[in-house]
Parts: sequence; structure tokens; C-alpha cells
Amino acid sequence: MGRLTPRAVLLGIAAPLGALVFAALVCAVILVVTGHSPADTVQAMITSGKRPRTFVNSINSATNYYLSAVAVAIGFRMNLFNIGVDGQYRLAALLAAGFAGATFMDSLPGPLRIVLTIAVAMLVGAAWAGVAAILKVARGVSEVISTIMLNAIATYLGQYLLLKLAVPVAGSNNIGTRPITAGGQVPGFAYPGSTSKVYGLVVLAVLVGLVYWFVLSRTRFGFDIRATGMSESAAVASGVSVRRMVLYAMLFSGAIAGLVGMPQLLGSAHSYSLDFPAGLGFIGIAVALLGRNHAAGMALAALLWGVLDNSANSLDVAGVPKEIVAIMQGVIVLSVVIAYELVRRYRVRVEQREVGRALGTTRVPAEVAA
Amino acid sequence: MSTDDPPRANAANAAAEPQNAVELTGITKRFPGVIANADVNIAVRSGTVHALVGENGAGKSTLMKILYGMQRPDEGTIKVDGAAVEFHSPADAIRAGIGMVHQHFMLADNLTVLENVVLGSEPRTGARLDFKMARRKIQEISSSYGLGVEPDRLVDHLGVGERQRVEILKVLYRGARILILDEPTAVLVPQEVDELFGNLRELKAEGLTILFISHKLDEVLSVADDITVMRRGTTVASVRPGEVTARKLAELMVGSALPVPELRESTVTDEPVLEVSGLTVTSPDGRTVLDDLSFTIHAGEVLGVAGVEGNGQAELVEALMGIRPPAAGTVRLRGENITRLSTRRRREAGMAYIPEDRHRQGVLLEASLWENRILGHQTRPPSVRGPLLDRRGAKADTQRIVDEYDVRTPSIEVAATALSGGNQQKFIVGREMSGRPVVLIASHPTRGVDVGAQAAIWDQIRRARAEHLAVLMISADLDELVGMSDSLVVILRGRLVSSFDPKTVTLQDLGSAMTGAAPPTTEVA
Repeated sequence: MGRLTPRAVLLGIAAPLGALVFAALVCAVILVVTGHSPADTVQAMITSGKRPRTFVNSINSATNYYLSAVAVAIGFRMNLFNIGVDGQYRLAALLAAGFAGATFMDSLPGPLRIVLTIAVAMLVGAAWAGVAAILKVARGVSEVISTIMLNAIATYLGQYLLLKLAVPVAGSNNIGTRPITAGGQVPGFAYPGSTSKVYGLVVLAVLVGLVYWFVLSRTRFGFDIRATGMSESAAVASGVSVRRMVLYAMLFSGAIAGLVGMPQLLGSAHSYSLDFPAGLGFIGIAVALLGRNHAAGMALAALLWGVLDNSANSLDVAGVPKEIVAIMQGVIVLSVVIAYELVRRYRVRVEQREVGRALGTTRVPAEVAA
Repeated sequence: MSTDDPPRANAANAAAEPQNAVELTGITKRFPGVIANADVNIAVRSGTVHALVGENGAGKSTLMKILYGMQRPDEGTIKVDGAAVEFHSPADAIRAGIGMVHQHFMLADNLTVLENVVLGSEPRTGARLDFKMARRKIQEISSSYGLGVEPDRLVDHLGVGERQRVEILKVLYRGARILILDEPTAVLVPQEVDELFGNLRELKAEGLTILFISHKLDEVLSVADDITVMRRGTTVASVRPGEVTARKLAELMVGSALPVPELRESTVTDEPVLEVSGLTVTSPDGRTVLDDLSFTIHAGEVLGVAGVEGNGQAELVEALMGIRPPAAGTVRLRGENITRLSTRRRREAGMAYIPEDRHRQGVLLEASLWENRILGHQTRPPSVRGPLLDRRGAKADTQRIVDEYDVRTPSIEVAATALSGGNQQKFIVGREMSGRPVVLIASHPTRGVDVGAQAAIWDQIRRARAEHLAVLMISADLDELVGMSDSLVVILRGRLVSSFDPKTVTLQDLGSAMTGAAPPTTEVA
């Protein structure tokens, strides 16, 4: 872990790159079979990708995906599968939006409003994940099952709460929470050539990534998390209380999940309404897998996902069904999982061989020939 | 040459001289950049027990994988019953009559013996499984070789020795005439070893050929008809047991004499360090697995615990380390009641732990050595500073362990899984001895390590004992227990039934107490 020799870097890149190429080939075949031109598709995506607007939207999507991926990755590092990031962030965004939009907030200073809103979102996310954590620690309920169930509950609870909190959105059939007034919003960064702005909270995503990296690789707590993930029995024998780690990991995962909706809520939507994006939690799983739960890896994976998603919109114009992008994403995830396992095995073999050679427990061919 | 040929194709050759069941000639196996086997020559006479000895990493496993069709040799020939063969998979080897009994049993606990044996070669009449015929065949094999295996028992309920016999029966069921046994005695107590050797002699008498891999030289000398010694990937000697002593064999294996587990003079003080009284542990299903255990270990004392595996040793160790909560009783460390303390608190208080299964409890296989140095020491320097890891400190101290404990590794950055078992174990011992522990709980501290590493580990335990370490040692190797302990107790069905003075005890006495054949001796204090 964590050694940057040229070979380690090469091996690290080989798997995702291989998966990407493989996925592209599969998609090309599908396009040809369905009577479309792969070349035109690539052309359309590149043209679209060059537009400043696509660039900004890609960054913004990637910000959401990245936060979601980090939330998932915290669990993954401990072999915990928090499938519930989706429910956690939607509930968190709804309640945070309701809180941030409340009239009493208007009188508070701007930065405080933002901090409080984010804190509420994290607390709600942690609390919702905490339900699954407690069920697992106290009753041994699989977190996979409980978080999936909690997603469904979050959906209906969200609808109920939205009806309670909502005001009609002007000029539409939509309903949403009372919009957050100017002081509680996070301004974005303008990008030349694009009317939409880069979310201000992209900074938050970067910060979360740094903290995630630091805690996992540099702190005792992170060591305990990784040890538990690598071998629960060895962690227990070393003095790690696995139940406590499960509880903490789920709570932290949930708290980060609570952040997923924030860039959009505070940056552009300013209100939680019926059309607030859903499904980001599941994209996070794919991004975490592709990025190997690694802070930088997930950032690259989130960007890739963002670019793919946003250039897909232009495909319909070019006469290519944009669903081809979803196919590509699916193939990438499937093939990258296989590729990582192959690379892992190869790496272990190489290392064992090197140890053998360095220690002279096995002969080199020259000696034998002599 | 096709493996479908009948094994005795080369009949002319057979008439000329006594048939060799297996002949390996000039076997060489290269992995990229490395040679695992170089010019290996072994001839195994039909109807004999042939032992293959050598240190860990000497190339025994690779050779056996080649003979069992799991690897293909780059050079050399394999002859079975005089006919050259080429194996592409274990299925080919099985067809040629070769069977392998692995060191780690490959049995499904939740199936019966019968189901385990037929798994993969289910007898059918039409589309139906014909268990009746299989049961008859198993009983036939079991009685004709004296294996005493009951087909309808659940494997989960079987002891280690019985499981091994099921493994042997499994390969016999598939028609094996040549059996490879990979360190079969590693998991057995003396009585079970004797039984196994009895079984092997019966198999031999029926004309079967046995290839027996082992480190344990006295066992090899007692059971083998021929011995081949491997060192550094090649065969260095072929001897008959009558011609050599264990010492001579060890020299052939490593070029140095066999270490002796022996404590020089007593260092036992009257200062109690670990006091256990009335310790009782119940399993989740309510059985009492440890029943009212009481003992005291003093500073500078090694208390050996002898017992057939599965009589409560694992539970005792886990209860002492705080991994398994006791139902009753108290544990005191230097006078302080630690019965309710967590594992981490106990470690901080000076308890060190060498687990029985190093892969499960001792190391993080995929983490680097220096990260493994932190394991179990997450709250103590030099691994950490406050809530942060002290990477430099951990690395420096890992290097110290590697140097002092002679851990053979090219770097402290390699993953633990890349090291041989003996080196992993030396590393674990070094790590657990760090930070001046007051008590060491050592479960099979030298299991599966070669003689060089074994001597090193014994040395370290002796040295720590001289510096007032209290040690609880559990081992299946009775020579080790007798040689290393200041006092010796026997555990049977979760109770301490006897205690012995290691200076006067005989292995027979110990063996009888372990199996419950002898009445309890001295009451344990």
C-alpha cells in the first residue's frame, strides 16, 4: 500500500485503463450491431466535451459523485457495504434545505448559515446510517439489507416530509422547500463561455478527499479501519473493537453521504424539490469501485463519470441513443472489478518471486546451467 | 504420452528390476527469473513409505504440485509404474492412481463423511445418486485399511485425526495407489501420529505407495523406508533410515545441527504475574468449554499447556486475551483484576500474543511489514504519536525486528504474504516481544516453521524468560513443551487434569494424560 515505485504506478493504471479500453470496444460493437457509427459517436462526444458548458457541468456532476464515492469508500475499506448513501443524502438534503430555507435563518450571518446547513445535513446522514449501524452492531443485521430497506423508507419519508415543508415552486407544478435566500447560498465560480457556474462547494469535495486520505493513511483510527477491512480476526486479536469500528465507520460514511446534495442545494437549486437528483448514492458505488477507494483514484473516476454523463446529452442530437453511455459505464465497472483482481494476484506473485530471489532460496538459471 | 495408457505399459522394463512406483528424473521448474526445482531426482519404490524432507522453501511443495499435475515441469520426466506420463491437471494424476492428502483439510464441515468422500465423483444409477453403493465401498475401504471411518457422521463432529483419515479415504475412494501426504503430522498429537503411522503401515502392506513430506525427523526415521533430502530446490541426498541419525538428517537439510528445546537454568521467581482463578467459558450454544481453570504463572516462568487439540486451548487463549468473554472467574495481571478489560487494554498492560493461526490472527497478509509492526501496538510508541501513526518510528522499529530476529526479507515494504511462514512467524515473535511485555501467550509458537527459525524463536523466548517474562505456552510439539516449560499442565475437555514436572515426565505419561487414559495425577493448584 502506498508505495510509488514506477511499477506500482503502472500496475495501478493498467487495470482501469484496460477496463476503459475494453468497455469502449464493447460499446463500439454494440453501436455497429445496432446500425450506428462508433466514429460519429466519438465525434459527437468530443464536440460536446469541448463546450465550456459541458465542462462546467462535468465538474459539478463529478463533485456530487466524488462525495458520494467517498461516503461509500469509508464503508468499503472495512468491508461494510453502505448501499444506503442514496437514502442518506436525499433525506439529509431535504431536511437541510428545510432548515436553511426557514425564515429565522434569514437574520443570521451568511457563513454561519452555510456551516449550520452543512452540519444539519451531516447529522441527518449520520443518523440515518446510524440506524443500520445499530442494527448491525446490536442485532447482527446485514448492513446491505438494512441500508437498502432504509433507502425505500427514506423515499417515502421524504415524500411525506416534503408535503409538510413544501411550498409550490413558482410557475410550475413542482413543489419544493422554501428557497434559501441569498445569504445562505454558496456562490459559484464563473467559467468563461458558460452561463452555469462551477459549484463553490467543489472546494468542500477536495477538502473531504484530503481528510479522507489523511485519516485513513496517517491516523491510528484509519489504521484500525484498514486492519479491520483486511482481516477482522487479526484486527480483533490486535485489540480493535470491531463493533465500535462498525459504528464509527457507518456514522462517518453517513455524515459524508449527507454532504452529497449540498453543492447542488447551496450552489444552484437553493431548494429541495421533486426534481432534486436521486440515484447519486448508487453512482458513488461505481465510482468508488473504479477508483479503488483511493482518494485520488476516485477523483479521476468521478471526473470520468461526469464527462461521460454530460456528453451523453449531445448524443441524441447526433442520432445515437445516449443510453450507450450507461452501457459503457456498466461495462467499465464490471470489467474493472475483474481487472483489479487480476492485477492484485499478479502483484502478489511478483512480490513473492522477488522475495525469493532476494533471499536466494531459489536458484537463478545461470547457476544451474553452470 | 497419453495418460489414458494403462500404467504398466512399460512391462519389459518392469521385469528387469523391482518396479518403482514413481520415478522423477531431472525435474526442473522455472518461474520467470527463478528456479523452484532444479534437476530433482527421486525414485520411490513400490509398496514403501518414502519420506521427502527439507526446510520450508526447499522446493518440496512445487515438486509435489508437479507430481500431482498442478504444475507442469519445464524439464525432466515423470514415470508412474515404469511408464512415462504427462499430467495436465490433477484429474490426470488421479487417473494415473496418484492421490494427495493436503496439509489443510479440504472437507465441508456441514456434510457427512459419505457426502464429503463422494463429492466430485458422485456415484450414479441413472440420474439418481447411489449412496448405498458408495456407503458400502467406504466401509469396505475403511475396514480393509483399518481406518475406522463411519460414513454417516457429520465432519463437523470429527476430531483432527479422524478428519485426516477421511481425507485419506477420499483419495483411496478415487482409486489412488500412490498417496502424497503433505506434512500429515503437523496437526496431530503423539497418539494420533502413532495411529496414522499404523494406518500407513497397513496401506503399505496392501501394496500402496506413500510419499510422505515432513520436517519432523524422528517421525520420518520411524516410519519411512527411504528418505530423500531436498535443499534449495534440488535433491541433495537419498538415505535409508538405518544409515542416519536425526542429527545427520538435519545437517543434510540445513548444513547445521538440529536445535534442542531446552532451558538452561531456572529463572522462576516467586512474583506472580498472571493469576487465573475459576476461569469458566461457555460456547454460544451453552456448552462449557473451559471449566473452572486456576493457575498462576510467575515472572520468569514458562507454563506449558499440553493437550489434544480442541480441548479448550483456543478458548483459554482467547479468554486470556480478552477476545472471548468468560462466564465466570477472574484473571489478574500483576495483582490487578483484568477480567473485564478489552483486548487493547490488556495489550497496553503488557500482554503479548502469538496466535495459533498466524494468517488469521497474526498478520495482515496484504499489508507491508512495517504496517504489520503497528498491529497490536496501535496505541503505543514507536508506532504511533498521539492519534497519528508514526510511520518513521514504525519503520525503524520494523527494521530492528528484521535484524534482531533474522527475518529474511529484502525490505520492510513487502507485503507479509510474500514472506515464508517461518519468517512471518519470526516477525510476529519479534513484534510481540517489542515494548517489554510482562506476559506472553504463545500458541504453537513454532508450528510450521523450519528448524532454523524454530531455534531462533526458542532462543528469544528463553532470553525473554531470563528477563522475567511470564509465558503461557501451548504446543502440539511435546518435545518443545517438555523442553521449554518450567511447569507443565494437561488440559482435557476444558479442565486442567494433571500437572507434571517437565524434568521427570515421559512423553508416554503426558500422552496418556492428554487422552484421558491415565487417571488425573497431582491436583493443579
